[in-house]
Amino acid sequence: METTVDTSQKRNQVWAFIITGILILISVLYYKANVYYMYLVAYIWFGFAYGMMLQYGRFCFASASRDLFAAGVPRMAVGILVALIFFSLIQATLASTNMSTFHPAPFGIHTLISGMIFGIGMVLAGGCASGSLYKIGEGNGTSFLAAFFGLCLGQAIFVDVKWFNFLIPQKWVDSAIAKGLSADKMTSSFDTYLAGYVWDQPTLQWSHTKTISEAFPGALKYFLGDSLLNALIPAAVLLIVIYAFYIRKGFMKKRAKAKGGATGFGDEIAGIWNMITASKRTTIMGVIIGIVAGLHIFVMKGMQIKFGVSNFGQLLTRMGHASDTSIKGTVFDPGYWYITSQEGQLGGWILDKLGWNMRDNIFFGVNNGLPDPWRNPALWMSLGIVFGAMVMARLNNEFKFKLPKGELIAWGLIGGLLMGMGSRPALGCNIGAFFIRVAGGDPSGWLYGAGMVAGAFVGVKFFNWWSERKMAKEMEAF
Amino acid sequence: MAMKFEKTGEGTYMLDVCGYVCPHPQIYCKKSLEKMAEGDVVEVILDNPSSVETITQMCDQIGHEVMDKKTEGGKIFMKIKKG
Repeated sequence: METTVDTSQKRNQVWAFIITGILILISVLYYKANVYYMYLVAYIWFGFAYGMMLQYGRFCFASASRDLFAAGVPRMAVGILVALIFFSLIQATLASTNMSTFHPAPFGIHTLISGMIFGIGMVLAGGCASGSLYKIGEGNGTSFLAAFFGLCLGQAIFVDVKWFNFLIPQKWVDSAIAKGLSADKMTSSFDTYLAGYVWDQPTLQWSHTKTISEAFPGALKYFLGDSLLNALIPAAVLLIVIYAFYIRKGFMKKRAKAKGGATGFGDEIAGIWNMITASKRTTIMGVIIGIVAGLHIFVMKGMQIKFGVSNFGQLLTRMGHASDTSIKGTVFDPGYWYITSQEGQLGGWILDKLGWNMRDNIFFGVNNGLPDPWRNPALWMSLGIVFGAMVMARLNNEFKFKLPKGELIAWGLIGGLLMGMGSRPALGCNIGAFFIRVAGGDPSGWLYGAGMVAGAFVGVKFFNWWSERKMAKEMEAF
Repeated sequence: MAMKFEKTGEGTYMLDVCGYVCPHPQIYCKKSLEKMAEGDVVEVILDNPSSVETITQMCDQIGHEVMDKKTEGGKIFMKIKKG
């Protein structure tokens, strides 16, 4: 007789095949419509791969600092650093063969502040930008609230309102006006911030600095400047620091007991290795995510070369969809793994359809366009993450619809809004502003990462206080 | 939705955090263990898969023993002995 468990497993497997089948069908339909859509299809399947890997490895950037502070568990922090190491090496390889789509971001204190706001938000929401997407794929309603109301609608509103004008100094206003942008495209507080402050900030990528490029000409500057200096050394130092603070004491105690004597340097190395391999599924996924993220850049650059474009907006224009693009003829098309900007576009598109003019700002009107969601390449990557995670969760019988209830509704909404507001000023989130930048040799990525960790610390402190209150109430009975 | 932490017998407890997402299950689990005496056992009931990974590693690091772990009807049951 078939058990309930067997039936549930079979049903989950069927769903996994249905979801994958639908995505294959969508891909074929796009190809049939126009071969240029293969560019968009590439985003779908890389998103799908990210989703599967994130879900399987429980890969969440919020978890990295949060679990470290809340539970003393370094599993995720280690996984991210491992992913970073592999990704940076591949980034350097791609850059040295002129196959990288990476570009550094304006460097300034805004990056740190944005990271802090984002860090608090991701702890409250229960997941970072990418983590929230994969958790939606697991059926998590709180993550949906955070992504839809915070990252989509919240972000779109944030870039189009004047509510923050009181924070804008006059010199930003003057500098923004001096850029000569059309007044009907520069209407919001965020526009003034962007044109009057962010665009005036310098960008920094080690391989492009005079010192590094002269000391290490050719391909070496990417490996030694961008990868070794910006990613490998800091990642190794962080691994050692995490080991020293969270693992060493317990591990050496166990080791000394097992050996019945003193421990030495070899045991320290064993301790670090033990920490790296403590959660194999996370570490293995870290390695694979790093490699796939590199492969993604390679494929997108290859597509750009193949079609002779530098942005999908050019292909949309060729296909007769110029109205999807910004005044520069572009749409948001990062060329690599990225979250948040495309969610903002979805929110902007929804509000635009509801009658709110969302094209009168720099974010949509000048830079990223407002394509219909089915022609938005990066949004398809986000959907791919959701569906990829859903397939993996179904295959592992971990999919479960969980409607947000009680306090989780508040945490999801507040956390999502903070993530949206924390990602926009830094022009990215835990992926675009931290992971990609650090691996690409842009030190501003570490600035954002430091902000995220500080914000997560504040978020964990708050939750510790909150849960302590609830525990005390529960324990009144005994 | 509310979390439940109950004393079910002499040295045994039950922590129900179903419906909660990260980081709540791991925070409540850690706090519950802090309130218990060495050798006490808590059964943790949750439905957030990511938290299981963190709780397992937390127990391993601190020295608590995960005596049993099973999944039934979308819920995960973990029996943890405080070390």
